[in-house]
Amino acid sequence: MMNSYGFRRFKNRFFFVLCMVCVIVAVVPLLSILFEVIARGASQINWKFLTENSLLGGIGPAIQGTLIIIGLTSVVGIPIGVLSGVYLAEFGQNKYASVLRTISDVLTEFPSIVVGITAFSVIIVGVTKTYSPLAGAFALSFILIPIVARTTEESLKLVPNSSREAALALGAHKWRSTISVVLPSARSGLVTGTLLAVSRIAGETAPLLFTILGNNYFFQGFNQPMDALPLRIFSNSRQPSPELQAQAWGAALILILIVLALNVGVRLASRGKLRG
Amino acid sequence: MTKKLTGDNIFKVVAGIVAASALVILLVTAYVLVTGSTLVFGRFGLSFLTSSSWNPVEGREVFGLLPYILGTLVTSGIALLIGVPLSLGIAIFLVEMSPRRVRVPVSYLVELLAAVPSVIYGLWGIFVLRFWVLNNLEKPLNTYLGWIPAFSGTPFGLDTFTAGIILAIMIIPTVASVSREVLSAVPNSIREGAYSIGATKWEVIRHWVLSYGRSGIFGAIILGLGRAVGETMAVTMVIGNATGPNALPTTLFKPGQTLPSLIANGFIESPDALQKSAFVGAGLVLLAISIIINIAAYFLVTRLLKVKGGAVE
Repeated sequence: MMNSYGFRRFKNRFFFVLCMVCVIVAVVPLLSILFEVIARGASQINWKFLTENSLLGGIGPAIQGTLIIIGLTSVVGIPIGVLSGVYLAEFGQNKYASVLRTISDVLTEFPSIVVGITAFSVIIVGVTKTYSPLAGAFALSFILIPIVARTTEESLKLVPNSSREAALALGAHKWRSTISVVLPSARSGLVTGTLLAVSRIAGETAPLLFTILGNNYFFQGFNQPMDALPLRIFSNSRQPSPELQAQAWGAALILILIVLALNVGVRLASRGKLRG
Repeated sequence: MTKKLTGDNIFKVVAGIVAASALVILLVTAYVLVTGSTLVFGRFGLSFLTSSSWNPVEGREVFGLLPYILGTLVTSGIALLIGVPLSLGIAIFLVEMSPRRVRVPVSYLVELLAAVPSVIYGLWGIFVLRFWVLNNLEKPLNTYLGWIPAFSGTPFGLDTFTAGIILAIMIIPTVASVSREVLSAVPNSIREGAYSIGATKWEVIRHWVLSYGRSGIFGAIILGLGRAVGETMAVTMVIGNATGPNALPTTLFKPGQTLPSLIANGFIESPDALQKSAFVGAGLVLLAISIIINIAAYFLVTRLLKVKGGAVE
């Protein structure tokens, strides 16, 4: 009998195991990636590899470039993103805000390569005329701003209205209550969301192909091409030389450490001190 | 009636102007892509979308996007075919089956999959996944099912199939985490009702929980599709990068090309205006596909979460 209780019990068991298999199948690639990156990358890491320029076999320029691009993008993108999020959360009960909210959601899923074309056409063709770290930061902030705006909005919404009302009842203006009460109460969510967004742009490659191009030397100014870890990994992975390929794994290890440090650090921080 | 220039009004206006940045980003991108591709659309019209030729030789230029549009659809299709069942299994495991102390680390691991940069997926794809796929999937499929056109050809490892596999892995965190939220939003009363008429756990999930969350899960799948369509670096690194009629995905076991990988490979080196315009046109088509997908997903997911909000309050 197909519908006997025994068969239904068996089906129940079977799908339970199947779902567990799904989890294992998904986790295996993750472990494989981490294992390979560590196994193949760790042997590359030494002082010279981290500090020399790329002609001398190091990835110093790539590390420096990644830090510069993260810094520039954050300086531009985080304030704009946070303020946008404040608007959406605190004044967002109108048509204009709901349109912006929809646009931000669509923008977070934009293909990043398209952003690269935009930055190339606007900044490089229009303004700097050369490959430039500024164009790279411009492109990445296009990706950063909508994410930060939405996570800011979500974390501000979690602040209970009674906090806002209490501030207003004490005679504070709305802006004062937002800056001194609402934002500090939401700081755990803000920090978490922002750092996760930054960790996402740290590994972003496609927009950098058309904007900072890559360079074998350390930072040479805002009107010169610059290197970055993702670019270095990409270009070295296409080289036939085993040495350069091995360097790509070393660079991947450093990049994944930066990204995971942001991710894991955020989770620990949001569970610990920052909450409350 | 003029508003008074109080601190509050200034704050609201300034924040409102800054918030328009999202609109500005969208408009600037759309403007750049539309004006940048007028040249190529003006020259070739709709045949730019339907032709397979790609010839940058001066005086004989022909550009057509058909192979790359198909390549994008085929790789994303493989990704959904493999990635969606896995993601649903994960979501069901996390929401319905796992004990609490397993749930937290497992969902954390799945989210970590999303944190790995795409270029590292690509690196792993070239040097690790490629050989595994070649030996364990492509060769057996080719040997036993080679009479099916999709599995014919000479397996090589750097092809449309591997690109699809790597995309399948990359969409898992998106589809799994959205489906997980959708399933958690299914009210417990639904489950209790089903149990009370004697259903087994799996029957409850299959017939009640999944059908209740249908539209949200559909939204999750479409979000995953959006991810797959726009993904650039990992695909560029493993797909083999063919151009012209060679890139038509007639079989999965040969080098192909997607819209993003086409742009990533050629945009910067294209010397003349017409070719550059062809790449920008490819970007426009990609963007159009991506926006349609994401708007669809947006309405499916938010509609469901609104229902959830209503039920909670």
